[in-house]
Amino acid sequence: MNTLNAKIDPRDGKLVMAHFYVAFIALAVGGLAGLLQTLVRSGKFVLPAGIGYYQILTVHGVVLGLVLTTFFIMGFQIAATSRTSGTLSNLQRKLGWIGFWLMTAGTLMAATMILLNKASVLYTFYAPLQAHFIYYLGLTLVVVGSWVDGAAVLGKYISWRKQNPGQPSPLITFMAVVNTMLWIVATIGVAATVLFQLLPWSLGIVDRVDVLVSRTLFWYFGHPLVYFWLLPAYMAWYVVIPKVIGAKIFSDSLARLSFILFLLFSIPVGFHHQLMEPGIDPAWKFLQVILTFLVVIPSLMTAFSLFATFESYGRSKGATGLFGWFKKLPWGDARFTVPFIGMLSFIPAGAGGLVNASHQLNQVIHNTIWVTGHFHLTLATAVVLTFFGISYWLVPHVTGRVLTKAMNKLAIYQGVLWAIGMTFMSGAMHAAGLLGAPRRSSFSEYGGAAQATEWIPYQIAQAVGGTILFVAIILMLYIFVNLAFFAPKGEEEFPIGEVSDKAEKSPMVFENWKLWLGITALLILFAYTIPFIDMIQNAPIGSKGYKLW
Amino acid sequence: MHMHKFEKIWLIFGIGTLLVFLTVLGVSAFYLGNQPPSCLATINPEKVDTTAPFNEPGLKKVEGKDWDYELVYVAQAFAYSPGEIEVPLGAKVKVIATTKDVIHGFQVAGTNINMMLEPGYISEYVTTFDKAGEYLILCNEYCGSGHHMMTSKIKVVE
Repeated sequence: MNTLNAKIDPRDGKLVMAHFYVAFIALAVGGLAGLLQTLVRSGKFVLPAGIGYYQILTVHGVVLGLVLTTFFIMGFQIAATSRTSGTLSNLQRKLGWIGFWLMTAGTLMAATMILLNKASVLYTFYAPLQAHFIYYLGLTLVVVGSWVDGAAVLGKYISWRKQNPGQPSPLITFMAVVNTMLWIVATIGVAATVLFQLLPWSLGIVDRVDVLVSRTLFWYFGHPLVYFWLLPAYMAWYVVIPKVIGAKIFSDSLARLSFILFLLFSIPVGFHHQLMEPGIDPAWKFLQVILTFLVVIPSLMTAFSLFATFESYGRSKGATGLFGWFKKLPWGDARFTVPFIGMLSFIPAGAGGLVNASHQLNQVIHNTIWVTGHFHLTLATAVVLTFFGISYWLVPHVTGRVLTKAMNKLAIYQGVLWAIGMTFMSGAMHAAGLLGAPRRSSFSEYGGAAQATEWIPYQIAQAVGGTILFVAIILMLYIFVNLAFFAPKGEEEFPIGEVSDKAEKSPMVFENWKLWLGITALLILFAYTIPFIDMIQNAPIGSKGYKLW
Repeated sequence: MHMHKFEKIWLIFGIGTLLVFLTVLGVSAFYLGNQPPSCLATINPEKVDTTAPFNEPGLKKVEGKDWDYELVYVAQAFAYSPGEIEVPLGAKVKVIATTKDVIHGFQVAGTNINMMLEPGYISEYVTTFDKAGEYLILCNEYCGSGHHMMTSKIKVVE
């Protein structure tokens, strides 16, 4: 790997930091919105100045679900590529900046419309609720910008392959490429509904919109979206964490295989978000349930690989007994401990996900606050804590500073505080959801119904958890600002693990994109073509737009 | 490609478990008929009030069908019609619902009745009310500023 940069070129570093500034501003804004939501739902607090609950709910979803994640991931993937495949060319870096500014402009457009209360349609913007066209246009720019940004990573990968014929690409670059491809294939769905349905409709060019087609295109995008969030965390778990603890990567080829499986199986599964919908044949729903379950396999592989790394490291340090290795792990190192908390949360999160995708069980929890509890374990704990863990070394690495002992300690407190807050909040959400409490709803006594009274103690527990989480967010922002501007100058390592000597060289078939993208396309066509034709052939009259907020 | 022996065991166990799960779901869906609500029937959302059975929302006794009653609901921002209904204990009921405007949810808290109501489509679910008491119907899909005020009530009486 002759192109391996021990240190990222400062010009690439600047591009990475630009992404991170936006991501952490989003964390501040979205975190505050989240705190306010839990307070409102406790029933003890009313929003001032006529601000609507659903307005801040839209802020929370857009800013954390779309902005924080996309900006952080694009920044991280550029950093990982530049570190392992060499400095970006001027053209590639320029693409990165164009992508960044497109995404930023789009974010500001969407944010303006939300603040003016012209787009309180949540981040899923289900028609026929109709937002201002600038909201849809802004979100389009975020997606288009991410494509241009992704082109920088793809371009670097292509030039690396040309310079190193017959060689498998660096593992983390390969993973960034898979995630970029996944993102491009997935966002075609949301781009299609926005460009061909929602924009013309909100501009008044067409009168009516086909609601089911729009939802189906949204969920074609909506599920791979969550894997787009998850895979960068897996990159850190597979490649970075082994180096942080001083161990080797368990198997390069199995890591690649699991990423390829994610590319194949995370897209043709959107119907498991639409199981309760009247317009889709149940047999096709079931087919996508099967495909959804197949995505569990690469996650099982990941879990095995991680714990194999941990155990073999512990044993190499002289650990004995079945669980002796557990004590040998570097618990005092925030770069390990904070993502580790995230990994642990993925165990109940994954189990809950199986419930959600289970054809009939979905009926018990669909659109209850259980679902909100679920993705606050996956996205808002497993993924986000790993992103924080990445920031602890990546931010000082590119700003030429170091993570001090004091900051490291604070970072561990931050992770532990997050775990406590989330246990309260997500736990209470899961429990209340099983009793029937809905998601995405302001405080309500539901006409004094006895059932709704039972939910209120859980809502108070959510507010307690939300408050603890907000304190953890403030700590994180403090650490970020310290690492970006104030920490002492020095060299912070960008940890990239090496593959265990015992592992074999990866077969080149993993780099055969015609094969993998071909299978991806076939699976998508298989899962969607017939039901999609059915939807269009049997479509009812379309819907006019409504502004009901 | 080499795979560690323990990893093989782990994956065989994991994939085997998935197959068991999927078999249970499949048998339940296709043999026992426990499918999620997927009625596939359409309606003009602007003519709901004049289209049967939605021109007469409420409970209706039916003969010669697999169920004893049909319970018809019309949803619109931010209410359900009827607002309150009594159902005899033990009745097998087909719930039939649709929306006149945007997407709404139709969830009877504490039961398995949970469907999306989408403009242009009819949602149906057959169920038996075998526990007496008051059940809250609520909208669980965001529909606008009054979303959390959108409720109805089912009283299951002896």
